[in-house]
Amino acid sequence: MASETIALGVVDQDRRPISERLHDWVVTVDHKKLGILYILYALLFLVIGGIEATIMRIQLIVPNNHFVSPEVFNRMFTMHGTTMIFFVVMPILFGFGTYLVPLMIGTRDMAFPRLNALSFWLTAFGGLLLYYSFIGGNGLYGAGNAPDVGWFAYAPLTSRAFSRGHSTDFWTLGLLVSGIGTIGTAVNFITTILCMRCPGMTLGKMPLLAWLNLVMAGMVILAVSPLTAAQIMLSIDRYTGGHFFDTQAGGSAVLWMHFFWIFGHPEVYVLVIPAFAFASEIIPVFSRKPIFGYPVMVAATVCIGFVSLSVWAHHMFTVGMSSYANSFFTITTMAVGVPTGIKIFNWIGTMWGGKIQFRAPMLFCIGFLFQFLIAGLTGIMLAASPFNWQLGNSYFVVAHFHYVIVGGILFTLFGAFYYWFPKMSGRMYSETLAKWHFWLFLIGFHLTFDFMHIPGMLGMPRRIYTYEPGRGWDIWNLIVTIGVFFQIAGVVVFVGNLLWSLCKGETAGGDPWDAWTLEWSTTSPPPEYNFATIPVVESRRPLWDIKHPEDPDWKYE
Amino acid sequence: MKGKDKVPGMTRKLAPLALLIAGFLLVASLCFGAPESRAQIPNIFRPESTPADSIFRLSLLVLAVTGLIFLIVFGLLVYSVVKYRRRGADDGREPPQVYGSNQVELAWTVIPVLIVLVLFLATARVIHSIQDAPEPRGTIRVIAIGHQFWWEFRYPALGVVTANELHVPVSDPSHPSPTFLTLLSADTDHSFWVPRLAGKTDLIPNRVNHTWIDPHETGLYLGQCAQYCGTQHAKMLLRVYVDSQEQFEEWIEKQRMPAATDSGAEEGRRIFESTACVNCHAVSGAVTDGRFGPDLTHLMSRNTIASGAAPNTRENLRTWIRNPDAIKPGSLMPAMQLNDHDLDAVTAYLETLR
Repeated sequence: MASETIALGVVDQDRRPISERLHDWVVTVDHKKLGILYILYALLFLVIGGIEATIMRIQLIVPNNHFVSPEVFNRMFTMHGTTMIFFVVMPILFGFGTYLVPLMIGTRDMAFPRLNALSFWLTAFGGLLLYYSFIGGNGLYGAGNAPDVGWFAYAPLTSRAFSRGHSTDFWTLGLLVSGIGTIGTAVNFITTILCMRCPGMTLGKMPLLAWLNLVMAGMVILAVSPLTAAQIMLSIDRYTGGHFFDTQAGGSAVLWMHFFWIFGHPEVYVLVIPAFAFASEIIPVFSRKPIFGYPVMVAATVCIGFVSLSVWAHHMFTVGMSSYANSFFTITTMAVGVPTGIKIFNWIGTMWGGKIQFRAPMLFCIGFLFQFLIAGLTGIMLAASPFNWQLGNSYFVVAHFHYVIVGGILFTLFGAFYYWFPKMSGRMYSETLAKWHFWLFLIGFHLTFDFMHIPGMLGMPRRIYTYEPGRGWDIWNLIVTIGVFFQIAGVVVFVGNLLWSLCKGETAGGDPWDAWTLEWSTTSPPPEYNFATIPVVESRRPLWDIKHPEDPDWKYE
Repeated sequence: MKGKDKVPGMTRKLAPLALLIAGFLLVASLCFGAPESRAQIPNIFRPESTPADSIFRLSLLVLAVTGLIFLIVFGLLVYSVVKYRRRGADDGREPPQVYGSNQVELAWTVIPVLIVLVLFLATARVIHSIQDAPEPRGTIRVIAIGHQFWWEFRYPALGVVTANELHVPVSDPSHPSPTFLTLLSADTDHSFWVPRLAGKTDLIPNRVNHTWIDPHETGLYLGQCAQYCGTQHAKMLLRVYVDSQEQFEEWIEKQRMPAATDSGAEEGRRIFESTACVNCHAVSGAVTDGRFGPDLTHLMSRNTIASGAAPNTRENLRTWIRNPDAIKPGSLMPAMQLNDHDLDAVTAYLETLR
């Protein structure tokens, strides 16, 4: 199977004029090209969202700073949150999923290639709509305007009385459009994974990455739909005289919170489950052992999927729910910690007794394990609703969810970049630069987000553009901002590494990691049709079976 | 107020660890603050009121349990990374392929379930004790109304209306006189948060929320709006003055008096009453009853203006009237466009509102 692929097209393509090659990328329905488009698009927005975060951190470096006005600061945190969630992490994970799922289940494309392209372009258009608010939000005379309602856009701040102009409308439209694309991709994932697996690959023999993307896609359909509905309701309020959330006319501010968080909390798992998927592929390969407790990993993921649909109101412990509701959401939220903990134990079980190779992908996954452990434990603290009455909406919460999204998701994403970069580009990255990236980013991350917990416990609420000296917050904010510059340095090294490796990297070959899943059985980069003949598998690690015919996996599964 | 809750059994066993963590956090939070200003740090680990104290004691349990889990898992992780790294003298063979173990899986499922159960029961009791606490006799009732970007406080039973600086009596556990607050909002969502007195509760338009405090020590407690409410969310500061019983009664007495009239400030009063000031501000006894802005009847009894954004001095008052954006950009008070003479007169008038 490993040798049955044909290198084709690559050389011919390079000779064509650049306009034709770009045109190819625009009209493509190939899952690999769309995957890479998603990733590049998300990287662009990662830089934009990062600049917005840096502006906020410079403003907060000392008390009573005047780097930006309160209006600009409020736009920055709104755009930073919205961008990072909807136009960085979601598309980048979808990009990896779109690229990898067909390869890993041994098929030639997604079930609906044209829907795949439509979904990408809808997501891309959504991002453009959101950013158009900078120039068109208030008409040209109001250029520089942007949404300033916070990324969860609590009513009634979004009503016309409090949000004049059109910046909130661009926010609504951007999320509405990209949300439709997201649901399209989810449908595509589910169909592809359920219907297009290669012969021999029963559900129980799928790579964990495919399983986890299946669960993620199911959650997307359940979670993004309420958000889309809420965006339509908000537009009705703003333009056709509806009163869903318009409190001045008897509407309910709390209704919006429920709609938003029934999306918002499953969304966290929509983002983190693909990150788990990367870790579940990378850790075994660099420990040289199969994943520990495969069936339990699948069960835990499905369990997280279901339980996470019933935890949303832990974002609302302070809105005055009854003591019974607060107790209910306390126990459901704490319960999610159990399957998540099981996953961490299984990853440790995978490393246990292995021969761990500290290549860049593995380093980032080990960082992820440490940081996700801490993020989970601060999550338990926040789940205890009385403790949440103190910690909620403070910098403690900001630190907590950045621990999840940066320390957890972004770290595994960087790991995934280094792991699959040879497959996508055909070239190896520079290991030295990758290690510089890892250490710089690790130091920056911990300087920023470890110390960010402390001002939260000292009473510093989130979303304030400045603060007074003498409240014990100054030194912590200074350290937090210093960390940002280490993170920027790390990302610069990362981007430099990618660009350098793309031009000058060594040829990677089909299987640089001596790995076990199907994507490594074809060339790097894979041909348009992925596999010359559709592979047939007998176990979860088809390449292990080929490399070790004396001791194949199917004997034990 | 029922008596203080007993320390749960788990807490006692894990007390050393909890103290270690809490101690670290305290040291970390205090070592950089100047000593004279420590009292002003709204530290959630220095509670001075029953709700904040119950939360503090629950947090010790939670910190102890999570701290223990952290040490164990962190230890396992470090051990496996160090012990099972590939050594220099590697024979190149694959390690033994292990696929899983049902016993181990069962163990690391059941133990976390038990931990969650314990944490939940301890938490549920604290939820109930804070949220469902009965109002004892001697309770002071205050209605707090959140506005963009200031606080209105009304004491309906006492006939007092004030803004931004809440005065409450100290509560002696043997004769409790807690303050129960009804939380309303005039515009967007806000959140009432004074970390050393109680956890936060939101003020939401079209909704009635409640919270309560019973401070055990007199003094000034700082807090601020904790739910993003618009441009000047950052400077919607909150000051709670906990007075002794006598001081509180004296304060109430003064606040109930109508506005002072001073013949020296007649001109300023006329300007005040004949410009847009009166659309938003009330001064009892004058021809004004606006409610968009703070009640100014006893303006000079407050230490700060603009919801704690600036000390209440003559220069600040004058600047505030001339151009509110200079102190609090985005505040909803418009610049009054008065000439210097009128500005001085109005400032002089406001200074008589003691």
